[in-house]
Amino acid sequence: MDMLKYVVRRLFFLFFLMIGISLVVFLISHAVPSDPVVANLSQRNLDNEEMVAAFKEKWGLDQPLYKQYLIYLKGLLQGDLGISIRTQRNVIDDLKLYFPATIELSLFGIVFAVIFGMLFGVISAIKRNTVVDQILRGVSVFGVSVPSFWLALILLYIFYLVLGIVPGPGRISTHLAAPMAVTGFYTIDALIMGDWPLFWDAVRHLLLPGACLGMFTMGLITRTTRSSLLEVLSMDYIRTARSKGLREKAVIVGHALGNALIPVITVIGVGFGNLLGGMVLVETIFAWPGIGQYAFQAAKMLDFPAIVGVALLISLNYVVLNLIVDVLYGALDPRVRYR
Amino acid sequence: MIRRLIKQNRLFAIGLTLCAIWLIIAVIAPYVVPYDPLYQDLTARFSSPSAEHWFGTDALGRDIFSRVMTGSRISIGAGLLTIVFAAAVGVIYGGISGYAGGLIDELMMRGSELVQSFPTIILAMVICAALGPSLYNALIAMVVVWWPNYARVMRSMVIQVKSNEYVEASKSLGASRFRIFFKEILPNSIGSIVVLGTVDFGNAILLFAGLSYLGLGSPPPTPEWGLMVSEGSDYFQHWWMASFPGLGILTMSMGANFIGDGVRDFLDPKLRKEL
Repeated sequence: MDMLKYVVRRLFFLFFLMIGISLVVFLISHAVPSDPVVANLSQRNLDNEEMVAAFKEKWGLDQPLYKQYLIYLKGLLQGDLGISIRTQRNVIDDLKLYFPATIELSLFGIVFAVIFGMLFGVISAIKRNTVVDQILRGVSVFGVSVPSFWLALILLYIFYLVLGIVPGPGRISTHLAAPMAVTGFYTIDALIMGDWPLFWDAVRHLLLPGACLGMFTMGLITRTTRSSLLEVLSMDYIRTARSKGLREKAVIVGHALGNALIPVITVIGVGFGNLLGGMVLVETIFAWPGIGQYAFQAAKMLDFPAIVGVALLISLNYVVLNLIVDVLYGALDPRVRYR
Repeated sequence: MIRRLIKQNRLFAIGLTLCAIWLIIAVIAPYVVPYDPLYQDLTARFSSPSAEHWFGTDALGRDIFSRVMTGSRISIGAGLLTIVFAAAVGVIYGGISGYAGGLIDELMMRGSELVQSFPTIILAMVICAALGPSLYNALIAMVVVWWPNYARVMRSMVIQVKSNEYVEASKSLGASRFRIFFKEILPNSIGSIVVLGTVDFGNAILLFAGLSYLGLGSPPPTPEWGLMVSEGSDYFQHWWMASFPGLGILTMSMGANFIGDGVRDFLDPKLRKEL
């Protein structure tokens, strides 16, 4: 019951958070020197006063600021995010179009990060203060230190240009047609169509960008897994387990790991949020038609409706993810009480 | 403390060395680099690394070695300035919030959570794009997205410190709120802020490089690492153009993260005995 109350309260807070976020982005994008008129009209049209006035009227830029926001908010509450200045389409349609590509890639990235992060973390803790531990800690620091855009270039150079074992940028090879959009995930859609070559092609296109994207989170997970497992291993009940003659493997897998992985869940939540942000850089390099590229183009053109839409979508994801993490945390650790 | 850390933690020592090297390079670079980082030698475009140009040359025949070395100044500067300003904003904000308590505290903390729930790079990108790309605007954007962590830490420190008896004593002696804040609370909280800053430095450099890569930092021809990687990505087959500036970002942020990890482990008493 406590949990339900907690979730309802968090969702209530989420509503105000969304309004706050729309207000912040709205203010930043309107109270600054840059002018969307200059960014979107050609010089010839700029000299034409009628054109400028028409442009302003069309996008509501001639209204006072608070009125512009109220108009926007009214639309927002009805699920209307406005029309993108750049693409001239409904922002909500744009988001629907680009978001599946981003989610597919980031899921791939998080799976990569979780598998390798936990594996490295556990090995590192078991072999603490050996050469293996030092190397793996080095790998984890490499993960959180390497600029994803640079790693992407290097990996593309080695594995695509020199070795030729993975395909280049994009979601599928150019000679293949995209699968029918059912879920928008190319891998799943290809499976639904029963097209194995297409599925395999889509998976191969996910490898490099997924690894680049997951690298940072992998570093975080390695570090957290290691320190958390080390902490658990120093507990009394582990000593008891050891002293009753259990093998080290049984102690770690059966007694320690379950408790050690609870804090890791939090990191996965935070990491997934980070991942969605890191999209901008990775998608730009891999020509991935997702929300990150869309956001970057929108920011360059000062396309306010699109920017607010992206910010809302990603923050919503972030907050919901953290809510799920908190609930999971409570379910797995009976000591946690909701306030 | 530092000496004990170096002895016990080899990675911390590596981090310290890396950072020290970059710091020295940043200081002496303008006096010792072989070429002017902006000098264009159009006859030597796209030279691969050689004795003459250690890291090769770029599309305009500029010496990449000289540019990478000089670029360290901007990266270190941007990282430091971001941390210092973000910490200053966070200390003031978190200080007021924790000291005031009650409704003000609640509202201020919700406000900082609002900023924190934005994806960092997207918020920074929006601010940069709105203000127009330049080094200073990139720094402003970085500080805007960076301070909430410091505010949170500062607030919890203030709440912890203000219940101590010596603060009570100072208050009963008639000290003003300002005096109590600067004389009692700040000195007792600053340690945590410094630690957070150390742990954070590598991330700040990464974010700055990312913004610069997206073309939101200084405009060309400034020798900025992120920008140089982006220029290099247009000439994919000339691998040295993007590789070396990227190595600069990597080694500097790895150095900072090794130091940060060492400090974190050292301060965590549960892990200390494992070291």
